[in-house]
Amino acid sequence: MDQHSFANTGKLSRFILRLDRVKIPLWIMGLAMFTLVVPPAFDNLYKTQQERDAITETMANPAMTAMLGTGDLDNYTIGAMTAHQMIVMTAVIVGIMAVLLVTRHTRADEEDGRIEMIRSLPSGRLSYLNASLIVSSGTFIGLALVIGFGLYGLGIESMDLEGSLLYGAALGGTGFVFTGVTAIFAQLSESSRGTIGWSVAILLLAYLFRAITDISNEALSWISPLGWVSKAEVYSSNNWGSILLMLAVSILLFVVANYLNNIRDLEQGFIASKPGRRYASRLLQSPIGLAFRLQRTGFIAWAIGLFVLGASYGSIFGDLESFFEGNEMYQQMLQQAEGASIVEQFIPTLMIVISLIATIPPVMAMNKLRGEEKKERLEHLLSRAVSRTKLIGSYLIMAVVNGFVMISLSALGLWSAATTVMDTGLELGMVYSAALVFYPAMLVMIGIAAFLIGLLPMLTSLIWIYFIYSFFVLYLGNLMQIPDLVGKLSPFGHVPQVPIEDVTFMPLFLLSIIALGLMMISFVGFRKRDSKN
Amino acid sequence: MSVLEVSNLTKKFGKFTALDGVNFEVGSGEVFGFIGPNGAGKSTTIRVLLGILKATEGEVKLFGKDAWNEAVEIHKRLAYVPGDVNLWPNLTGGEVIDLFVKLRGGNNKSRREELIKKFDLDPTKKCRTYSKGNRQKVALIAAFSSDADLYILDEPTSGLDPLMEKVFQECVMDVKNRGKSVLLSSHILSEVEKLCDRVGIIRQGKIIETGSLSELRHLTRTHILVETKQSISSLNELQGIHKIEETDQGLTFQVDTEQLDDVIRHISQFGIEKLESAPPTLEDLFMRHYESKDKSEGKETGGVR
Ligand SMILES: Nc1ncnc2c1ncn2[C@@H]1O[C@H](COP(=O)(O)OP(=O)(O)OP(=O)(O)O)[C@@H](O)[C@H]1O
Ligand SMILES: [Mg+2]
Repeated sequence: MDQHSFANTGKLSRFILRLDRVKIPLWIMGLAMFTLVVPPAFDNLYKTQQERDAITETMANPAMTAMLGTGDLDNYTIGAMTAHQMIVMTAVIVGIMAVLLVTRHTRADEEDGRIEMIRSLPSGRLSYLNASLIVSSGTFIGLALVIGFGLYGLGIESMDLEGSLLYGAALGGTGFVFTGVTAIFAQLSESSRGTIGWSVAILLLAYLFRAITDISNEALSWISPLGWVSKAEVYSSNNWGSILLMLAVSILLFVVANYLNNIRDLEQGFIASKPGRRYASRLLQSPIGLAFRLQRTGFIAWAIGLFVLGASYGSIFGDLESFFEGNEMYQQMLQQAEGASIVEQFIPTLMIVISLIATIPPVMAMNKLRGEEKKERLEHLLSRAVSRTKLIGSYLIMAVVNGFVMISLSALGLWSAATTVMDTGLELGMVYSAALVFYPAMLVMIGIAAFLIGLLPMLTSLIWIYFIYSFFVLYLGNLMQIPDLVGKLSPFGHVPQVPIEDVTFMPLFLLSIIALGLMMISFVGFRKRDSKN
Repeated sequence: MSVLEVSNLTKKFGKFTALDGVNFEVGSGEVFGFIGPNGAGKSTTIRVLLGILKATEGEVKLFGKDAWNEAVEIHKRLAYVPGDVNLWPNLTGGEVIDLFVKLRGGNNKSRREELIKKFDLDPTKKCRTYSKGNRQKVALIAAFSSDADLYILDEPTSGLDPLMEKVFQECVMDVKNRGKSVLLSSHILSEVEKLCDRVGIIRQGKIIETGSLSELRHLTRTHILVETKQSISSLNELQGIHKIEETDQGLTFQVDTEQLDDVIRHISQFGIEKLESAPPTLEDLFMRHYESKDKSEGKETGGVR
């Protein structure tokens, strides 16, 4: 690795920055907004320390700790509250951002043959990787500063400059770590899909590991990068050690990625792809078979992931049960309000998160159609005896089935883990219906994705913005009162909170009708329009 | 002096041996044609030359420098055009050309403009909307507008129309006249025949023939068309005669070049009225080598190795 390995890194960094000059500011602005609207809202909602202390009662239980991470509940200022309820979830989103940004300019460019051109010029073996790392690092430093100064600028008493900067740094640091993780998988895996898949799997694992260790043995949470975020104890003891740890680990990851890049051939990986079959199986010999075959690995990975997610949440129910048994005040507070048992009341809260995550794979399955179109591979099918209707129909069926499998598996995971760890057990039917009520809302999301592909193919990614909006209003709606209308703009805002509420027929029926309508329009649109790439 | 030296190059992908002891050289000012059937190892060889694949064994030197270790130095004097040009969908062709030129460090604005005009490319269009041929033009313009000493071209014309193909050939001739070297891999044999001083034929990872075109021609057959007063007898008993056919114009057949003398002597006995001979096309030469081993075995000519 002499200096030549890095030749032209500077020029390439500027080049990558130029390519992403819209994307990066959008991400930073989105995340800053997501973060900055919260403290003023809390400030409005909980004006006195008494009110804030009261809310700690509902926060101090294993379900909340698993979902949000640990927080300083003894000194629950607006700052501590924001950090407790927001920082881990925001860090997860930052992680996803890092995975997507870094994959784009490592494995994705390499897979598409663009790095070959760059490498034939006098640029070093490691230049493109490091240019990508530099841009990503710069992005996350920017994010840290924007959020840090932004929070301080809100002028809320408990949010001092040091804490605010630490808040930003914890998020930026997470970005660094997942930049490193993605850079390594970009070397190991031969495809950009593989890179994203493996990196997101690590992110999910980090989240779940932290969830479980936070309620069983907090010290073990030091193993998970997402644990470091809570351990920074922003706006209470302000532990900068976490940040140092993040930086040290990311430097290590960067070095490993460089090492791996240096010893491998271009367009190769380390996770070998095995030779395939000589003949197409029967399954493959139809458009729907092809649609499934192309996504099989992703489908299986997501299915496992959602089962594990459900099971991880389910595994906290034992702790939850014993927690409430010894806490009389809780029993009074919650039981008189609702009909379901105390533990069961947490199911809708968890289900919202689960169902939102379970919506990602079916929407991806639908968008795959657009991806194939962009790569001009649909022509192979359309030029043979496959109609456009059949083509979009195949992907639609895939997505609809995919969503059903995902939500069912996560419910099954939650139920099986919960029943094992609880004394009284849970009823499968109850858990399943609590999950399935979200299915019509998922169908609406799939319908919108199909609609965009059919009518507005250039705007296919709008579905993700709508998805993020839904996530935003539901997640925040869970933590604070937001105007009803804001929540109702998302299909998920219409889902009854089973088992606290009854399964109401009307909203679910209407959601299904809307989904169906969107899908039908998508057929018409797709049949009429040209192929576009 | 040779610009490029490959000796005993072997490249393995796992257990699969893609290149098996490849040897060849490209001299200064020479246009070298690199040909062979699909999957023979041409692109693999070129990618080793570019230092983006690491040789398993053997030595690869460009300008006397090691292809892997001194890639950056080498690339300052080299231009590359792949057969499948992939570009950034959101950039225009003009932007991509500038990027490539900037990364190289040279700056030849007038050449760039001249080539854009010659190749008839609209540089303001986004790469997403370019056809295959247009993407290839972008890479060709970037390559030929740079002042390289060696041009490595891997099927650079697979998407060009005949008119553009001609422009490409002019560019290669121009580069050659300025004393630069070219390594051209191509399936278009007429192009190779027209442009190349020497060719190397690779099959299944091994170089099976290298030499100048006239040297290689020697190893192959001449096409003959004759009309004679009397009909020729016992022609098929002669050595080195192939594909005898009776046509309206007369009798056609092919002769192994080393047997030509004997054959002409033989047929002249029958009173020649008309004789046409055509030199072997490269195609004949290649056909013989491209055909699978079991067919060509036995009469393997050895050749210039
Ligand atoms: N990354 C790889 N892994 C395994 N095998 C490979 C890899 N790259 C190339 N090969 C194999 O090496 C052989 C040579 O391929 P190469 O691309 O060099 O052929 P080529 O002569 O350029 O063919 P074409 O004329 O079709 O372009 C082929 O059999 C190919 O399958
Ligand atoms: Mg090739």
